[in-house]
Amino acid sequence: MTVDGRTASEKILSRASGMLKARAGDIVEAGPDLVMSHENTYLVNRSFSEFGLPRPWDPDKVVVVLDHRTPANNAQTAAVHASIRKLVTKYGVGRFFDSGEGICHQLLVEERLARPGQLILGTDSHTTTEGAVGAFATGIGATEMAGVWATGSLWLKIPKTVLVNLSGHLMKGTCAKDVALSLAKIIGPSGADYRCMEFVGTLVADLPMASRMVLCNMAVEMGAKAAMVSPDIVTKEWFRGYGEDALTVVASDEDAEFERRVESDVSRMPPIVSGPHKVEEAKSVDKFEGVRIDQAFIGTCTNGRLEDLLAAARILKGRKVAQGCRLIVAPASRRVLTDAIDHGAVQTITQAGGVVLTPGCGPCMGAHGGVLGPGEVCISTSNRNFPGRMGSEEAEIYLASPMTVAASAVAGKIADPRRMLE
Amino acid sequence: MSVRGRIWLFGHDINTDLIMPGRYLDNYDPAHLAQHAMEGANKKFASGVRKGDIVVSGKNFGCGSSREQAVTALKHSGVSAVIAESFARIFYRNAINLGLPVVVSPTAHAVFGDGDIAMLDVDALVLGSSDGAKSAPLEPIPSHVKTILGMGGLVPYVKAKLAAKEA
Ligand code: SF4
Repeated sequence: MTVDGRTASEKILSRASGMLKARAGDIVEAGPDLVMSHENTYLVNRSFSEFGLPRPWDPDKVVVVLDHRTPANNAQTAAVHASIRKLVTKYGVGRFFDSGEGICHQLLVEERLARPGQLILGTDSHTTTEGAVGAFATGIGATEMAGVWATGSLWLKIPKTVLVNLSGHLMKGTCAKDVALSLAKIIGPSGADYRCMEFVGTLVADLPMASRMVLCNMAVEMGAKAAMVSPDIVTKEWFRGYGEDALTVVASDEDAEFERRVESDVSRMPPIVSGPHKVEEAKSVDKFEGVRIDQAFIGTCTNGRLEDLLAAARILKGRKVAQGCRLIVAPASRRVLTDAIDHGAVQTITQAGGVVLTPGCGPCMGAHGGVLGPGEVCISTSNRNFPGRMGSEEAEIYLASPMTVAASAVAGKIADPRRMLE
Repeated sequence: MSVRGRIWLFGHDINTDLIMPGRYLDNYDPAHLAQHAMEGANKKFASGVRKGDIVVSGKNFGCGSSREQAVTALKHSGVSAVIAESFARIFYRNAINLGLPVVVSPTAHAVFGDGDIAMLDVDALVLGSSDGAKSAPLEPIPSHVKTILGMGGLVPYVKAKLAAKEA
C-alpha cells in the first residue's frame, strides 16, 4: 500500500529540487533558500576560489557570522576574521554578523532569516536548530558549501522521519534541555542517523520557540540530519511578535509515512545530567549530586537564550557562586544580552559572582573564554561533553539545564535545582 | 582502487573532537592538522601512521561537528581509506568531497586487529589481510558518490560541471 500523505521533509525537498513527487530515499539536487557559514567561511572560500567565479551564485542568500572565536583569541584568528570581513564586502553577501553579534543559529532564527518551509544549509552540525521554525535545516562541510556557492545546489537524500511524540507537563525545575538529554539516552548517539526528527505532541505544542530550538539543536547528538517542529500557533505568534503575518506553512500530513515513533511522557521526569564524555550517559540529577566542580558554564546555541538566563537568574538571586568555582555566562546574541540586562538577569548573575562574556560560542569548543585544564570538572548547558571538547582531554564535562548549572555553581558541586526553587 | 597498509583499529562513536580537537582549529594548515590527527583516540597515531594505512572503526564514525578538518587531518596524514560499520553523515560527505574513500563494512571492525597488514580493494569490495587469513566484505559505494570520488573530490567535480555548463 502506498500512502498519499507526505512528510514535511518530503514536501520541502521536493519543492527545493523541483522533483515534485520525490519521496524519502530519493536523491535530489536541491537549491537552498539560505546558506550560512561562520569562521569556516575561510575554508569555504579556499575551495570556492578554485572555481574562478566572481561571487557566490546568489549573494543575497548567503549569511556569514563570526561567532566561534570572538573577539579573536589569537593573532591567527584575527587574521582569519579580517580576511572574512574583506570577503563579505567583495562578494556583497546578504547578511554579515561580525564578532559579538551572537551565535549563528541564534541569529538565523532571531533575525527571522530562517523561515518555515525553507531549505537551509549551514557549515555547522547544529544547523538542525533552525528547524524549530519549521525549516529543513542541515549541516554540511566547508568544501560542500563552496560547491553550493558555485552552483546554487547540492545532492541530498530525502530522509525518513522519526516522529517524537512528547506528552505531559514539565515538573518544577525541569525544561526542554532535560527532555533533550533524556531523548539522547532513549535514542542513542546514532539512533536517528540520516533521519529527520520531528517533534510533536501536547508538550511541544506548549513550548515556546526558544525551547523548541533546544530540542532541534540536540537532535544532531542523536545523529539526525534535520529536526523540525511543524509551524503552529506558537510559530505564528512568534513571527507576529516581530510584525510578520504572512507565513508559508509546510507541515507533515497526518497520514505521512513515519519510519518510527518514539513516545515519551515527561510528567515525572526529574532534572537530567549527562555524565562525562557521552551525551547519552543521561541520568537523574541525584545520581551525580555532590560531584565537585571547578566551572559552571551557561550559554551556547543550546541554552544561551533569554529564557535560559532568566531561569539561571531565578536560582542565583540572592545567592553566591561557591568559593573555588567559576560561573561563566555567554549570551547567545547581543539581543539576548540586552534583554537580559533589561530584565535584571545580568546584574543578578554578576552580583552572584558570575562573569558575562561576549555574545557568541564562548568556551563551548575549547577555543577561549573558559578553557578547561587537566583534571578540571565543568558542568555546562552546551550539547557535547566529548573528551577535549572544552580544552584538556583530562577534563570532565557534565551537561545539564541552565537551572541545574546555576544551582551547581552555587553549591560548588552538582546540585538539584529544585532545592533552590522553594 | 587497491592499496596495502597497516590497520588502525578504533571503536564506536569516534567523534570529531577525538579525530581533530577544536583547540587546534585556529590554524588551517593541513600539515599542522595532520600532526594532531586522532589525538583524542590514539596518541601514537599521528607519529606512527604511514602512507596507505587504513582506519577501521565501528559504528557512527565521525559523529559530532561539521568540521572538515577532521577529514583533512586524516587524508594529509597519509590514510588511504576509512572503513567503518557506519558513518555520521556530515563526516561521510566531507570525506567524499575531499576525495578520501570511506566505505561501509559491517564486519571489518570485528574481524581485523590493530596493526594487521591488509589489502583494500575498493572495486572488488573486499578488505583482506596480507596473509590471507582474514577478510571482510565491503558495501558497494553508491554511484553518485563514486562519481565524485572518482574525480578526486568535489572541487574537480564542480569544476567539470561548470565547464560543461559553459561549453
Ligand atoms: S555554541 Fe558550541 S555547539 Fe553551538 S555553534 Fe557554537 S561551538 Fe558549535
